[in-house]
Amino acid sequence: MYVAVKGGERAIANAERLVAETRRGDPAVPELSLAQIEEQLSLAVDRVMTEGALYDRALAALAIKQARGDMIEAIFLLRAYRTTLPRFGEALPVDTAKMLLMRRISAAFKDLPGGQVLGPTFDYTHRLLDFDLAEEGMLRATAETAPISPASSVPRVADLLGREGLIEPAPAAGEGPVPDLTQAPLAFPAPRELRLQNLARGDEGFLLALGYSTQRGWGSTHPFAGEIRMGIVAVEYEPPELGFPIEIAEIAVTEADLVNQFKGSAESPPQFTRGYGLVFGHAERKAMSMALVDRALRARELGEAAGSPAQDEEFVLSHSDSLESSGFVQHLKLPHYVDFQAELHMVREMRADWERTRDQIAERTLATKAAE
Amino acid sequence: MIELPLLRVTGLAKTFGRLRACHGVNFELFPGEVLGIVGESGSGKTTLLRCLAAELEPDEGSVEFRNVEGELEDVHRMSEARRRFLQRTQWGIVHQNPRDGLRMRVSAGGNVGERLMAAGERHYGRIRAEAVAWLDCVELDPVRIDDLPLLFSGGMQQRLQIARILVSRPRLVFLDEPTGGLDVSVQARLLDMLRRLARDLDLAAVIVTHDLGVARLLTDRLMVMRRGEVVEEGLTDQVLDDPHDAYTQLLVASVIA
Amino acid sequence: MSPARTPRLPGRSYNFAYLDEQTKKMIRRAILKAVAVPGHQVPFASREMPLPYGWGTGGIQVTAAILGRSDVLKVIDQGADDTTNAVNIRRLFAKTAGVKTTTHTAEATVIQTRHRIPERPLTENQILVFQVPIPEPLRWLEPRESETLKLHALADYGLMHVHLYEDIATHGRIARSYDYPALVHDRYVSSPSPIPKFDNPKLDRSPALLLFGAGREKRIYAIPPHTRVKSLDFEDHPFSVQRWDRACELCGARDSFLDEVVTDDQGNRMFVCSDSDYCETRRGGKTPEAADD
Repeated sequence: MYVAVKGGERAIANAERLVAETRRGDPAVPELSLAQIEEQLSLAVDRVMTEGALYDRALAALAIKQARGDMIEAIFLLRAYRTTLPRFGEALPVDTAKMLLMRRISAAFKDLPGGQVLGPTFDYTHRLLDFDLAEEGMLRATAETAPISPASSVPRVADLLGREGLIEPAPAAGEGPVPDLTQAPLAFPAPRELRLQNLARGDEGFLLALGYSTQRGWGSTHPFAGEIRMGIVAVEYEPPELGFPIEIAEIAVTEADLVNQFKGSAESPPQFTRGYGLVFGHAERKAMSMALVDRALRARELGEAAGSPAQDEEFVLSHSDSLESSGFVQHLKLPHYVDFQAELHMVREMRADWERTRDQIAERTLATKAAE
Repeated sequence: MIELPLLRVTGLAKTFGRLRACHGVNFELFPGEVLGIVGESGSGKTTLLRCLAAELEPDEGSVEFRNVEGELEDVHRMSEARRRFLQRTQWGIVHQNPRDGLRMRVSAGGNVGERLMAAGERHYGRIRAEAVAWLDCVELDPVRIDDLPLLFSGGMQQRLQIARILVSRPRLVFLDEPTGGLDVSVQARLLDMLRRLARDLDLAAVIVTHDLGVARLLTDRLMVMRRGEVVEEGLTDQVLDDPHDAYTQLLVASVIA
Repeated sequence: MSPARTPRLPGRSYNFAYLDEQTKKMIRRAILKAVAVPGHQVPFASREMPLPYGWGTGGIQVTAAILGRSDVLKVIDQGADDTTNAVNIRRLFAKTAGVKTTTHTAEATVIQTRHRIPERPLTENQILVFQVPIPEPLRWLEPRESETLKLHALADYGLMHVHLYEDIATHGRIARSYDYPALVHDRYVSSPSPIPKFDNPKLDRSPALLLFGAGREKRIYAIPPHTRVKSLDFEDHPFSVQRWDRACELCGARDSFLDEVVTDDQGNRMFVCSDSDYCETRRGGKTPEAADD
């Protein structure tokens, strides 16, 4: 006799215990510490902070540990945590011109004031598995680094071009409060500030593919890497009681300024146009993808024909958030048996109709034949 | 009683960047009248049509439509809601490419019935009956009522587009190169059908065409456009048989009789 | 890059029902707007919750915003209290709100549901919170939000009826069996969420307040008590609900939505009420199997 299955609560509690066990793995193997993740998987921490929309290396490391290395899961943990935090104000816009530079390159010029500073990059390494890393404790030679130039002697490429009017000016700060993606849901058409906020926390893989598509003809913008900077910037906040800004934190960011196809119109002479990307930590691929997509989404504003996916604002911005995409894709695992039952019912009725019609036609054919 | 114009266009102009696509256009259109706009490609005739049909907003001038209450309404200054309402009841546009004027993934019957449903018709049988009647009227076999337009030939798609519009009994129809891209014999049949319909339904229409033969067959009056300006206008037969403007003379002469 | 240090982590305790009061206020404002314009989708700044988007965060946020200490909460999924999703959501509220929970529809003041309406008629003392995946009924016909917004604003629903016409032309009937669109208060076409069409009639003039939350899509809408809700149809193809030619094999009900359960690998099947509380109550209480903790 069929008996309704109960015990869902117990099953879930056990599943949680199993996750904890599986996460820990073999108890004979030393447990991961948050400090190890922060120091030695720092690029993972950077990504989780950017897409988790929260700058806190320790919390990001915890999320990565808890998520067993699943980055999207870790990002989810950090975002959910962010929801519980109160907001007490808005920082001043970060000034990347004052960045304490660890890396700075430009593909647009061979040499430029401040020089090309390579920094800690994978770019020139040979991608050969280094078996020395398989053992701990192998001492390395320390790197030779030049003294870091003061920010004042490293002007931004965009400013250099801007002095001659060769690049469109950076958009002026508007009047009133900056629109905030977390305070009101996105509506279309979306202003550029909201687009950039959406892209900053958007899934890196999705933006990478879209950026790539623009380079292959799906809405090409002919980009050059005007400048990529990575380093430390100050976060300043002006408490209303003080009336002047104070520095409350230092964060690492990567900024990508892409220089694109030049436009011109009746009112303004031909100029290069901008694509912009800014992320937490060291993440050039994401910053550059963001800049490529930013520029593609400006197609309408710049009077360009906009038919490719990367230029479609609703398509890009509605599907960039990994929490939304992952949640909805995986929600298919939830029970859907009631709606499935409804469909089964309908299909069975339609099949019965179909058979009835077929039988009727057969009868009629027989009757006609008999009459002849 | 003096009949009032259905459409009144005053000082219409549209510019794209430095290009003046059309300017200085003035005319009136009366109920039941068919106006042709002819010219070479690039003359501005399609831009003009799109401004008249409220698909484009002009930079200068106005387009006014007389509603059923007898009042003139400015087509570009009315609310979006009002415009959409008029677009699906009293106006219609037959696009040069029928794919622009049809729902390709909706059956012929669904395409024709849409305006009825948008207007509140909720009886499936009646919608279907009316769709059948209109398909018949545009010389499409009603047996194809459930077929997708994807399966129709170009000429059939064009007829379907026309049926889809006429079902709401519009007072004003815009046609953009209605025979463009069609076979000569198909064109001829389509033109005959259009002429019959315009007469039977007392339609006012504005037809854009580069084909003077189409103009002669279908239109009462003609406007000749060149580089965005109207260079000549008048009764069709007069303009074509006795053109005054040099450009019109050139156009007429270049048609192989 | 940043100076080496031992990570210092904050402790955490949660506000009543997880959300902070500011967020609850924001959601309540959206709910009030929704109630004022029945069937109209109100955008709201949905928060990331401890459950994923797509798993009921909209319903959870609505419930969290309206829950009070004296409320009695019931959570169901597919009509049952014991499916994993329902259990999970009930646990979240038990942990963060400590409210009394129940499996009995009659006892509940707030019922959060996924994909079903309880069989037992609701009263004016009850609120039903629906979890909604896709709040936009026109989404499958028009993917652009910018366009569907206009269609709703202009009450331009021709496209929806064309779609139903096509169903009849192709299948001889309207082929929607769930998430069946309905006209609310004679004005807005709404999605009732993926409840089977069997449940649509329960929406019409219900004495309860019906709230709909879509977290991922960031929309809230409502059907206030005693509002007219009419499922779309044609005069000559009127809306009809599913009927079974059999009764529930456990309680004998002929008027409830039945689940089909495959009982052996010969394909034998039996049909039982989807609404577990309804079935149990008809049978007079406890079912004969090991009770859960």
